[in-house]
Amino acid sequence: MSSPALIANSDSLREAFGKALSALGDEFPKLVVLDADIAGGTGVHHFRKSHPDRMIQFGIAEQNMMAAAGGMAAVGLIPVVTTFAVFCLRAIEQARLSLCYARRNAKIVASHPGLDVGPDGGSAQALEDLAAFRAIPGMTVISPADPTEMALATRAMLEYDGPVYMRTGRSPCARLFGDNHTFEIGKGRIIREGDDVTVVACGAEVARALAAAEMLAEDGISARVVNMATIKPIDSSLLSRCAVETGALVTAEDHNIHGGLGGAVAEALAATTPCPIEFVGVKDTFGASGEPEELAHHFGISATFIADAARRAIRRKRK
Amino acid sequence: MNQQLRTAPLDLAASDSLVEKLAEAARFIRCHSVASIFHAGSGHPGGALSSADLFACLYGAEMNVWPGAIHEPTRDRFVLSKGHAAPALYATGAHFGFCDAKAALSLRKLNSPFQGHPHVLDLPWVETSTGSLGQGMSVAVGMAIGLRLQKIPARVYTMLGDGELQEGEVWEAAMSAAHHKLDNLCAVIDYNKLQSDNCNDAIMRLEPLADKWRAFGWSVAEIDGHNIREILDHLRLAGATREKPSVLIAHTVKGKGVPYMENIPAWHGSVKLTPAQTGEALTALGASAEEIKGLMHV
Repeated sequence: MSSPALIANSDSLREAFGKALSALGDEFPKLVVLDADIAGGTGVHHFRKSHPDRMIQFGIAEQNMMAAAGGMAAVGLIPVVTTFAVFCLRAIEQARLSLCYARRNAKIVASHPGLDVGPDGGSAQALEDLAAFRAIPGMTVISPADPTEMALATRAMLEYDGPVYMRTGRSPCARLFGDNHTFEIGKGRIIREGDDVTVVACGAEVARALAAAEMLAEDGISARVVNMATIKPIDSSLLSRCAVETGALVTAEDHNIHGGLGGAVAEALAATTPCPIEFVGVKDTFGASGEPEELAHHFGISATFIADAARRAIRRKRK
Repeated sequence: MNQQLRTAPLDLAASDSLVEKLAEAARFIRCHSVASIFHAGSGHPGGALSSADLFACLYGAEMNVWPGAIHEPTRDRFVLSKGHAAPALYATGAHFGFCDAKAALSLRKLNSPFQGHPHVLDLPWVETSTGSLGQGMSVAVGMAIGLRLQKIPARVYTMLGDGELQEGEVWEAAMSAAHHKLDNLCAVIDYNKLQSDNCNDAIMRLEPLADKWRAFGWSVAEIDGHNIREILDHLRLAGATREKPSVLIAHTVKGKGVPYMENIPAWHGSVKLTPAQTGEALTALGASAEEIKGLMHV
């Protein structure tokens, strides 16, 4: 498989999500969208325009919105809760009890995750959401990598019967995948072949992982890149295959190094196919204001850091 | 229009036989709740006893739901937002045929569907899972919006505790229900004035409570939560209220019917009842010797 071409200046993931949701509105008549006064920020202003009667305003009150989604699902609707990732954390106990414990067919779509938030700063940059939502029984956790995948994941999320937490993203996002791209919940995809090491990434880090693979290639290192768009349930069989075939892994995520993609990958491999793993993520600290690429460099999650981690992982392989 | 309804003399239309039937249901709910908490070795008797008359009126007369209709889209929904009153909900279900009375005495035991707080996957007729205060109210709001959106004429009822009103989520939900003009929603507050550690006033003052709800845009009625005719009448008036959600602030007595528990905060919390305490409570509640035997020796 050849490396996908990077196409600049495409939509942000939040805009791609909002457009996809709007396009799917007629096909899913039970779909309703819940907003806490930030439809312009989450992308669902597109749905508000196309389907105003199915856009429910909750005001700046996320806890009520989250649990009310449980009530809407209980009477047969497919509610999609939309807010920023940090405010999903604010209402996580409502997601736990009223969505997951009651096993509701309700969706949470979180914009503004991670350092990708940029200038709003540390208070707004959710670096804990993947870990927190992954820990809730029954919750599916998705983080698509580009606008094409976001549209596919939005459909898959609506077709799936059960609670889902999906990350979008604030900042403009490179288009990585073409029209032949496919998405399936629970499946990772090898998007660049390689033999020496595997970089497993999700969301905004997938583009950086591909850039890191290019850097490594210049040094004669063949890095495989896996787009792990579903963090839970994690694709254990693909991970085991990569561990066997490349002997070392790097995880890369715009999230705390604790409990997110890296945690999920380590748990899966420790049980089946242990191998050296290096973790690229924010090192158990809060973010700060700045542009996303500046922040990625400052906090050590840019392509350079992924490439360095890959070299470390390769050095740790058993001779 | 709403104010006129509220000030008009109540039409005490409920027949004597209905009131009698509901009083008997409430008595059963109290006895069964005490017995199940006795068998469990833990549980919250105070709030179960204070809410029994409200449960009897909701399930025995007001709500359009019965055991054969628990999956009917058009049924009325009840959400127990004060999930710790689960023993009273289970006793109510037992009395009206939603579940088996003897099975419901397995409260809080491993592998029992009658968990310490209601869980919809164990018991579909409890409608949703509760136990974290404030959330049931929001779920009820979501149900009311969802039913109206689908043009289903069902009503949604939710019961809240008074201490529960200290949760901010309740007021988020209250604001949203009024904003969305959810006249298919009726909240009932079991206002027994006591919470886990002490009386409401000592923990976190709630008054002026009716004014708060009015200010949030609700149609408000303060009622005697142990007067069956009054409960029935106000539930019916709530059903006739348009453009606003309704709240019944039901003044109740915590531990109602068991003299040694009445108005004593210690009986709110999760307590272990001795056989002697249980026997005394059941006797005070009017259970016959045979009934006491049946409830205590299973």
